[in-house]
Amino acid sequence: MCGIAGIISLTEPGKISLHNLSRMASYLRHRGPNEAGLYIDDWLGFAQTRLSIIDLNDGTQPIHNEDNSLWIVFNGEIYNYIELRRELISNGHKFRTFSDTEVVLHLYEEEKENCLKKLNGQFAFAIWDNVKKELFLARDRVGKKPLYYFHNGKELYFASEIKAILSNRKIHPEINHNALNQVFTFWATLPGETIFKNIKELPAGSYLKLEKKKVAITQYWDFDFAAGEELVSYSSNDIAQYVKELLIDSISIRLRADVPVGCYLSGGLDSSGITSMVKKYFNNEVQTFGIRFEEKAFDEGEFQNEMISNLNVEHSEVYAANQLIGMNLPEVIWHCEIPLLRLSPIPLFLLSKLVNQKGLRVVLTGEGADEVFGGYNIFKETLIRSFCSKYPDSKCRSSLLGKLYPYIFKDTRNIVNLKAFFNFGIDKPEDPFFSHIIRWQNTARIKRFFSEDSISVQEGYDPYLALKNILPENFYKWDALTKAQYLEMKIFLSNYLLSSQGDRVAMAHSLEIRMPYLDYRIIEFMSKVPSYVKIVGLNEKSILKKIFKDILPDSIVKRPKHPYRAPIKNSLLKNNLEYVDEYLSERKISEFNLFNPSMVTKLKEKLTKIEEASEFDSMALVGILTSQILYDKFILNFQSIPSAPITFDLIFDRRTKNKEKSYLGKNAVVI
Amino acid sequence: MENIEKLKSFVIDNFLFGKEDSFEYDTDFLAKGIIDSTGILELVCFVEETFNLQVQDDEIIPGNFSSIMKLSEYINRKLSNNYILVNQCAASQE
Repeated sequence: MCGIAGIISLTEPGKISLHNLSRMASYLRHRGPNEAGLYIDDWLGFAQTRLSIIDLNDGTQPIHNEDNSLWIVFNGEIYNYIELRRELISNGHKFRTFSDTEVVLHLYEEEKENCLKKLNGQFAFAIWDNVKKELFLARDRVGKKPLYYFHNGKELYFASEIKAILSNRKIHPEINHNALNQVFTFWATLPGETIFKNIKELPAGSYLKLEKKKVAITQYWDFDFAAGEELVSYSSNDIAQYVKELLIDSISIRLRADVPVGCYLSGGLDSSGITSMVKKYFNNEVQTFGIRFEEKAFDEGEFQNEMISNLNVEHSEVYAANQLIGMNLPEVIWHCEIPLLRLSPIPLFLLSKLVNQKGLRVVLTGEGADEVFGGYNIFKETLIRSFCSKYPDSKCRSSLLGKLYPYIFKDTRNIVNLKAFFNFGIDKPEDPFFSHIIRWQNTARIKRFFSEDSISVQEGYDPYLALKNILPENFYKWDALTKAQYLEMKIFLSNYLLSSQGDRVAMAHSLEIRMPYLDYRIIEFMSKVPSYVKIVGLNEKSILKKIFKDILPDSIVKRPKHPYRAPIKNSLLKNNLEYVDEYLSERKISEFNLFNPSMVTKLKEKLTKIEEASEFDSMALVGILTSQILYDKFILNFQSIPSAPITFDLIFDRRTKNKEKSYLGKNAVVI
Repeated sequence: MENIEKLKSFVIDNFLFGKEDSFEYDTDFLAKGIIDSTGILELVCFVEETFNLQVQDDEIIPGNFSSIMKLSEYINRKLSNNYILVNQCAASQE
């Protein structure tokens, strides 16, 4: 798990600045605190900061092939590297290290882009062919590891995090207003976009090839679901048995590391299941980590404690007090590089700090189970709304919604209006966004806070049309639940959960997270399982519950789903946080000109006055505040000095002239 | 201030945060996404406190709470019923 960064010149040789490359790497130090390495020739330079997990002594990057024509910098893990290595050796490849990175390089040498289909893992990497002058960048299937680029026709810059690209002083960031519109609709940017104009994301499941100075991006994998006769017809018991075997193997290969691997344990079904399997089948000594909240409504302590005593594990927890959550928001935005609508990434940021302090570099998490196995309320909501759409006169519609959202429907006074709310769009079951339209339309109301100038820049932009344009052909063959799953995975999983709530807040404290439920074999198999097997009636994740019913206590398997969230109003507005007042002041709102100052003032006044904030007002507060922080930290006052300077442990200098010997120092290798 | 103006000003301040745009007395707040389902409850509290009314559960329906016009008519109906009720009570005591 690491950070990678690079620059390639597309016009003339000898133009790569070693200084710029070092600067880029220094902004990725948190991703790789153990080592750093660099390669430079007349056309390309790339660097890597390393968090050493596999082959601690010899895995230093960049790594090259037998004849020094191919070079790689790699971020991530290939879990099936042992099997692939064996195969490559039998094909005559010679290895210098025992690292997974070298396996990727030789596999690429053998199979070019087709190598990606054989990799089981989380990754983002760059391979440079210094003979053909070709660059190959790739990301894993679901987008667990990030990769961004900037291409201006003369040069191409790429890096694991946007801040490394922005460290080049000639790149002046501007807000991408269409992306801002996307965040304030879908809770995340659409694949390929970032919140900064001209800085692109290499989408999940894609690779970029730079050949003959031309850039081409190809998608090699996407979530694809079966329909009709392609669906499996096995019994749910057989499906559960098969997935259980896959899951055990998925966990097994994710425990491959030359350092200890811990587990996140929330007390919910997903993380409890993973931890139990680790303990039962692989490591009796596994350490676990969990979050506790000051506010009871958010806290899962009771179930966490039950699992701790049930498993008898060494558990550590972080206490996410409201004040601590509020204080850490600016730093979290620096890491996430995107406006948020929730504060949920912050407790995870605090948790990764704790794990780091305990000396661990890797944890397994339960992320992805809700998407793959059908766990979210929005899936059940889709099923209920589909039912209501088919049977508009049915009398049980409000009782079904009441079962789904007991906390919303507990106020019986409002049932008629709640029904009207959930009825929105119900007459259009053919709408591709039938499942998500209520959530998105409700979120999109935040756009009313945009300033006149923001609105005018976005005029004519339709985020729904942009999304429709990237839907796969098969999408229209799928049932309502499957469509909902695709939308959730394509947008929210990759660009929010795995990013803001995943990689970014973990890597901020040099922690690698591994997600057994997101093994592509499990995703691909479950995509062939019919919807009615995934959610039986309104019983979510029924396959997972079957798998875990003999492993976990009944109280964990049968407990109602508890959405992971963090308190907003009490964290941001009740702790005398100066930065909140400053960023939300009419002066700053006018200066940054993203939002309407008097509207923001009224929102803040309203939130200060009332006891319990509505969902919408809370989202608006976080969305506006985090956009302000982002604008300040990245556009107006970019932190021009990286937090930690960098020294390279390994440097390959293949430039034909202008070698900066004194700068390169004793670690330079000239080959 | 007229009742109808009090209502409009509350909706504009609390749900449109001062931005009136094309908001009219007959704009449907639910259909236009101005007020969500929890917002309706904020509106109910405001009505109860400002007009000293008791809103009954079965009165919280789009027919009464979906626009300023409908809400104003509802409040006027309630107030006049209350007035009649108070007068009836007073008359019965005489």
